[in-house]
Amino acid sequence: MKRFTSFVVSFLCYALRGGAKYYAWLSFLGFFILIMLFTTYQQLTKGLIVTNLTDQVTWGVYLSNFVFLVGVAAAAVTVVFPSYVYHHKKLKEIVVLGELLAIAAVTMCIIFVLYHMGRPDRLWHIIPGIGIFNWPNSMLTWDVLVLNGYLLLNLFCAFYYLYKKYNGQEVNKAVYMPVVYVSIVWALSIHTVTAFLLNTMPARPMWFHSMMPIRFISTAFASGPALIIIAFLIIRNNTELKISDEAIDLLSQIVVWCLGIALFLAMSEIVTELYPSTEHSYSLKYLMFGKHGLSKLVPWFWTSIILMITAFVMLLVPRIRKDQRFLLPLACAITFIGIWIEKGMGLVLPGFIPSPIGEFTEYSPSWVEIFNSLGAWAVGLFMFTIMVKGAVGILLGEVKYSEGA
Amino acid sequence: MKREDKKTTIEKNIEGSTRRDFLKKTGSLSVAGLAGVATLMTGTKDAQARVTWAEWFQTNYRLMTEEEKREAIERLEKRYSEEYGKKVTVDGRPAQKNVLFGYALNIQKCIGCRRCVKACVKENNQSRHDPEIEWIRVIRMEKGKFSAEDMDKGYPSDYGIQVGGNAYKNAGVVLEGQHYYQPERVPEKDAFYFPIQCMQCEKPPCVKVCPVRTTYREPDGIVVIDYNWCIGCRMCMGACPYWARRFNWGEPNLPKEEMNPDTHYLGNRPRMKGVVEKCTFCLQRTRKGRYTACVEVCPVGARKFGNLLDPESEVRRILERKRVFRLRVDLNTFPKFFYFID
Repeated sequence: MKRFTSFVVSFLCYALRGGAKYYAWLSFLGFFILIMLFTTYQQLTKGLIVTNLTDQVTWGVYLSNFVFLVGVAAAAVTVVFPSYVYHHKKLKEIVVLGELLAIAAVTMCIIFVLYHMGRPDRLWHIIPGIGIFNWPNSMLTWDVLVLNGYLLLNLFCAFYYLYKKYNGQEVNKAVYMPVVYVSIVWALSIHTVTAFLLNTMPARPMWFHSMMPIRFISTAFASGPALIIIAFLIIRNNTELKISDEAIDLLSQIVVWCLGIALFLAMSEIVTELYPSTEHSYSLKYLMFGKHGLSKLVPWFWTSIILMITAFVMLLVPRIRKDQRFLLPLACAITFIGIWIEKGMGLVLPGFIPSPIGEFTEYSPSWVEIFNSLGAWAVGLFMFTIMVKGAVGILLGEVKYSEGA
Repeated sequence: MKREDKKTTIEKNIEGSTRRDFLKKTGSLSVAGLAGVATLMTGTKDAQARVTWAEWFQTNYRLMTEEEKREAIERLEKRYSEEYGKKVTVDGRPAQKNVLFGYALNIQKCIGCRRCVKACVKENNQSRHDPEIEWIRVIRMEKGKFSAEDMDKGYPSDYGIQVGGNAYKNAGVVLEGQHYYQPERVPEKDAFYFPIQCMQCEKPPCVKVCPVRTTYREPDGIVVIDYNWCIGCRMCMGACPYWARRFNWGEPNLPKEEMNPDTHYLGNRPRMKGVVEKCTFCLQRTRKGRYTACVEVCPVGARKFGNLLDPESEVRRILERKRVFRLRVDLNTFPKFFYFID
């Protein structure tokens, strides 16, 4: 017990100490969290009327960010899988950072779901035992299961590993490895189930196709590692932790191929929808070209496509991919933004436009929605920063158990 | 205000109030609303808090014992009576034996006057503004104008036309209909009307996706919502192919004087913010053997309602003698709302 307390204390002490740049970053995030507290109060007291959601477009930025972040969380597997299945040595040294990202991403998912709910005070209604859990019928209950399970798996994997390292011990492989393998499969399940959440509703023809899960996975495995690469580069530049070029190069190859597959799938969908051009293709037509003079999403769609193609072409060129100082992180940022747009403005929103009775209603988030979303991201990044800082201390051996401490 | 501007086209009854009247009413109502909130916050605070807590902790209506149901209903009756300043009754009447409700609508007769829409709002205590909620929507469908001029237009123009110039003349195409029409008088010459509301599906997709089973099908075939159990996730609104469900984005605005005190727990009792609602075939009326408000008000007798299990009922006779169809049969939702023509 004493060891555990000292682990927590020294982890936090190390994590919360840093240079001016570190504090500036944390205060920057803190600023958005403060604004979020105010807008959250607004939403909790007045209800979702402070959003710009309507009976026509009932899901907005909250659900879009949720869908995107489930992908980011799932993408931790792109670090875990090569480490433990292919025994990629360089990646294995830093695998815990990927798991920490998954923890932060799932936390953000939970915050976004709470924002999305009309009655967050009644959350207990879904807890089995005291509430009613409509499992296995409701796809949402599957999502609750896989997301919470994934959070627990990653909390265990990351902090058990760090704790052992802190104590200068090896992990107990008989316990640790099975959990790691489960978490690899589990990672795929979270984004698959989130895709099922959308595509099992024939009332929304744009989503109603079986390509959704694989498209989700491919975009996730492009945007997730892109974010991980950027995080790794920042960590490498600001701490003593050695992250090898080789590890980053492997991730960048995952990004480029998954991005390629994502583009191919997007192209397949466009051809399938637009060639026969039935009523069911109205959402996609509205998204790509606008309809009845409404075209709010059109610039987003084309921006996203251009960003994704640009990043793909850039990353195909070995010279660019291997330029880890500037061009690689740039391509990664482009990928990340492109896919973020694609998941929200390119997928969740147009699913509601037109409504099942053919009404075209435009939607753009209100300020409350924007600041709540920024705040949720800030909370996630804040958590991730603190956890990574502490983890780096342990990986470097600067934080370790000593009898005297 | 933004919501009013954007989302709701204020619909006037054909001989009803004008937009200006409506705005005037809205103004005075919000003052009344404010006063109501103020009384709540000062006078009956403790009692109110107790009621709120008790309501918050109650279980799903279906799982309640008879005793718990009675308590919940009494609690609501007391709260509503105080809030709306009149004696409000909350009925808990269960489904009757051997009754399966069905609805039939004669689209040949419908003149698009939307009296059903208004009567429904009056009966079912929907929020009147911010958000304005209506359960029935009447879609105006164009009869389509096919013209000789367009016969040889279309594209591509060389080597034979592949898409004729009279394509996209949307006669009878639901997706191109619209429900914010504002004509001088109805029926209009170049349109017909297609009312929609909750279809009370036998295999409702909304019920399947609900994570907490707050919405379910009652034995008499009506899909109901326990408003006190709904978590507001809006999965059901995504899943409904008929756009029948509405959400209380804010605290509903139901003026005291317009409140219908004759309510049912699963039907028209006042809702709270953050929950979903929809048509229940006026179960507060129909379970007592009355017609729904929309059936009663329809001036042309286009709306028919009855027990699908009773061979003598009007709706059964229609199913036997008329040409009927249901909306979106390809989705296998098996609506109990039928459309027919003479």
